[in-house]
Amino acid sequence: MSDLFANLHYLSFSDGGWGWNLLRGLASTLQIALGAYALGMFIGLFGALGKLNGSTPTRWLLEIYTTLIRAVPELVLILLLYYAGTAAINHMLESMGFRPIDISGLVAGIAVLGIVQGAYATEVIRGAMLAVPLGQIEAAQAFGMSRWKILRRITIPAMLPFALPGLSNLWLIVTKDTALLAVVGFSELALVTRQAAGSTRSYLMFFLAAACLYLCITLISNQLFRYLEKRSRRGQPELV
Amino acid sequence: MSSDTPSDFKLHRSPAEALIVENIHKKFDDTEVLRGVSLEAHEGDVLSIIGASGSGKSTFLRCINLLEQPDEGELRIGGEQIKFVVKRGKRIPADMKQVERLRSKLGMVFQSFNLWSHMNVLQNVMEVPVQVLGVSKAEAQERAEHYLNRVGLWEKRDAYPAYLSGGQQQRAGIARALAIQPRVMLFDEPTSALDPELVGEVLKVIQDLANEGRTMILVTHEMKFARDVSTQVIFLHEGRVEERGTPQQVFYEPESDRCRSFVSSIH
Repeated sequence: MSDLFANLHYLSFSDGGWGWNLLRGLASTLQIALGAYALGMFIGLFGALGKLNGSTPTRWLLEIYTTLIRAVPELVLILLLYYAGTAAINHMLESMGFRPIDISGLVAGIAVLGIVQGAYATEVIRGAMLAVPLGQIEAAQAFGMSRWKILRRITIPAMLPFALPGLSNLWLIVTKDTALLAVVGFSELALVTRQAAGSTRSYLMFFLAAACLYLCITLISNQLFRYLEKRSRRGQPELV
Repeated sequence: MSSDTPSDFKLHRSPAEALIVENIHKKFDDTEVLRGVSLEAHEGDVLSIIGASGSGKSTFLRCINLLEQPDEGELRIGGEQIKFVVKRGKRIPADMKQVERLRSKLGMVFQSFNLWSHMNVLQNVMEVPVQVLGVSKAEAQERAEHYLNRVGLWEKRDAYPAYLSGGQQQRAGIARALAIQPRVMLFDEPTSALDPELVGEVLKVIQDLANEGRTMILVTHEMKFARDVSTQVIFLHEGRVEERGTPQQVFYEPESDRCRSFVSSIH
C-alpha cells in the first residue's frame, strides 16, 4: 500500500509523470465513444424506421444485421471488422487500381463500435417508437404534416421518454467498449494505462487512476442523461 | 321575369362548394365498410352523420382526409380534385404534396383528442400554422391565443395535455383545428370519449361554431345535438346512405324504417 502512495508522482503532469498521457488516452476514449455513439444513433434511428416502415427486403436485411451483431461478442467483432474490414477495403481499392490506404485507428474504432451500437440502438428506438400513441401520429398526418416533419416534430420527441433509459445504457456501454480497441493497438485510456503501469511497475495505482477516470465519465453522463430524461418527460405526470 | 336578371341569379345561387365526396367505397380485408357514400357540403353547411356502431361513419370521415384510402370514389376539397393512382393493386394518392396541402384545409377533431403530449396547449395550437402553413411564430401565437380564448382555455395555455380534463383536452383539440382556419371542420365523435358531465362544454363550443356559419361535418351519437345544429343529416346503415335530408325529415319524417327506429330514441 505504501508503494501506492510513494509513486504518486508518476501521475503528475511534469517530467517523468504520466498525467498527460492518461488525459490524452481519456480524450481518445471520449472521442471514439462520442463518434461511435453518434454513428450508432444515426444507424439506430434509420434502422428502427426501416424495421417499422421498410419494405420486406429492408426489414430482412435489418433483422440479419441486428441479430448477427448482437449475437457475436464485441471483441470478436472488433477484431473481425478491424482486420477483415481494412483488408476488404484495401483489396477493393487495389482491384480498382488505387493504392491501399492506411485506415486510422480512430476512424476504424468509431466505425466498428458505431456499427455495434447501431444494432442495439435500432432495437431500443424501435421499441420506443412503438410506444408512441398512434393517434398523435394520425393527428399530425391529418393536419398535413409531411413524413419528415412528423418524424422530427412528433415521433422523435414523443418516443424519447421511452428511449432514453436504453440509450443512456448504450452510452455507458460504449465508453467502456472503447477499451476493447486496445487489442488493435489504439491508444485509448486502457492501453495508455497498461503502458504506464508496465513501465513504472505501479500497476495498482495506474489502474485505479484509470478506473477513477471511467467513473468520472459515468457520473457526469448520469447527470446529463437525468436532465435529458426529465426534459423529455415534460408534460407527463409523475407517479407519486 | 325579373328573377332571371343576373343580379337576382347571384342572390339565389347556393354558397360556394366546400367539399364534394362521391361514391366512396372501402373494404377492410373482406368486409365492405363503405358501399358508395357521397356528400356535398357548401360553405356554412353543418352535416351530421349518424348511424349505429359499425355503420361506417368514422371510416367515411377518415376517408375524407385520407387517413383511410378509399378503394373507389372521388374527393374534391375547395374545388380541387384529389388525384389517385393504382400501384400493385392498391389505390393510393398520386401526389402526397397535394394530399398534405388539402389536408391542411381540413380541421380534424378526434374522438380521443390526440393532442401532442410533449407540447403544451399553446404549442399544440401553434404547431400546424408554424410548421405546415408557414405562419410566423408571432402571428401563430396571436392566432392560437385568440382561438384558445374562443374555447375558454386561454388560462390553460401553458398546461400540458395530461394535466387537463377530457373536456378541456377536446376544447384544445378544437382550438388546434380552428387555428389552421380550415375550409371544413371534421368532427369524429368528439364527445364519445368524455364523461357525461363534460359533454356539454364541448357541444357548446361546437354549437357556437355552427352558429357563426362554419362548414362542418360531424360524426356523432348525440342525436338531439345533431337535430338542433345541422343543416343536413345523413343516416348511414351498413355502409350506405339509408336516409338523407333536413333534421326535420330524418328525425320526424323518415322514409326508411331502419332510420325511424334508430332515431326513435330522441322522441
